[in-house]
Amino acid sequence: MKYLTGFILGLINFALLDNVVLSRFLGLCPFLGVSKKTQTAAGMGTAVVVVITLSSAITYLINTFILIPLDLVYMRTIAFILIIAALVQTVEIILKKKIPALYKALGVYLPLITTNCAVLGVAIDSAQKGYGFFDTMVFSIGTAVGFLISIVLMAGIRERIEYNKIPKAFRGMPIVLLAAGLMAIAFFGFKGVSF
Amino acid sequence: MLKPVERLYNGIIKENPTFVLMLGMCPTLAVTTSAINGLGMGLSTCAVLMMSNLIISLLRKFIPDRVRMPAYIVIVASFVTIVDLLMQAYVRPLYHSLGLFIPLIVVNCIILGRAEAYASKNPPVASFFDGLGMGLGFTVALTLIGSFRELLGKGSVFGFDIMPEGFVPATIMIMAPGAFFVLAGLTALQNKLKIGKSKTEPPEKFCSGNCASCMDSSCSIGKKEDEEK
Repeated sequence: MKYLTGFILGLINFALLDNVVLSRFLGLCPFLGVSKKTQTAAGMGTAVVVVITLSSAITYLINTFILIPLDLVYMRTIAFILIIAALVQTVEIILKKKIPALYKALGVYLPLITTNCAVLGVAIDSAQKGYGFFDTMVFSIGTAVGFLISIVLMAGIRERIEYNKIPKAFRGMPIVLLAAGLMAIAFFGFKGVSF
Repeated sequence: MLKPVERLYNGIIKENPTFVLMLGMCPTLAVTTSAINGLGMGLSTCAVLMMSNLIISLLRKFIPDRVRMPAYIVIVASFVTIVDLLMQAYVRPLYHSLGLFIPLIVVNCIILGRAEAYASKNPPVASFFDGLGMGLGFTVALTLIGSFRELLGKGSVFGFDIMPEGFVPATIMIMAPGAFFVLAGLTALQNKLKIGKSKTEPPEKFCSGNCASCMDSSCSIGKKEDEEK
């Protein structure tokens, strides 16, 4: 029971209070680049949830059982990025062979995820903070869910912006950045909630 | 124009990675809470970019085409580790304020993008200067954003108070939302200048996360599918 409450509170904390995109600034490239339609945004978000969950479990094991005992902590960046790149490739191949339907929905986004800094960021952050396995998983799933929420919301807003009259200079990226800024202020509201 | 000079001009003005290509947004927004942080981040990225461009260009004939991305990632990650350790040793305060974003230079789109788009096809000297130009362009952009945020949020630039006594700092500018507002403002300003010049709407260039294919406007997520067909 204690674990369950910890899990839920952690999830809320990392998904809403300390949102990965809007307050920690990780994963901005896909957040701004793949958020034109709600459906694509949801696809990207789901793929990120899958990859972050798997990659942080694997990087945690590698970090605890290989890098730390062998005193190779300075190799962390290189090791983690290679693990993530390999993992993304493997997931892509497995999905393609075993679950073609899911591959069709998520496959396009998978190659883009290797360079999504949220994935590497979460892995390095939890290793640097010395989280245990449970905390690492809560942290990474919470972060991934936060990414999913914010990218879908952003896509919804952008679909509306399409129909608005916007001053010429603000068309394209600037108006999207302004919307993101306002979203960040809205998410600041969650800071009032503390556990 | 001489090749190195042309590459520098291209990186700083014509294809500025932040304002024109919109690459590497995470560090751009996250670390620019003050001018000095922006400058530090820009210079460390610049160092990695120069060295990785040089090495990738030297090895471009030896790296097999099919494994080039992993090979580039290893080269870039090695230089990032070197920069990380050097900063930890010599500039500790800056190292702490940049924190997580130093190892994250590995996944900065500018670096892999330049490796794929320029260094893998061009001779070492030109690639080196291309890296220097792009790096300096990034540094200029980050320092500019950092200065604006520090000026509005704290009333100082590079730690020097320059606003008059009665100025009330808008703390929101150095918090998360301020980053978005300042970048939106600067990009809009740049669009305004461009519209005045050419009378046509600026083309929308944006990186959707696939670094390798986002150096020109053909930055689509469907590219991979086309290749497979």
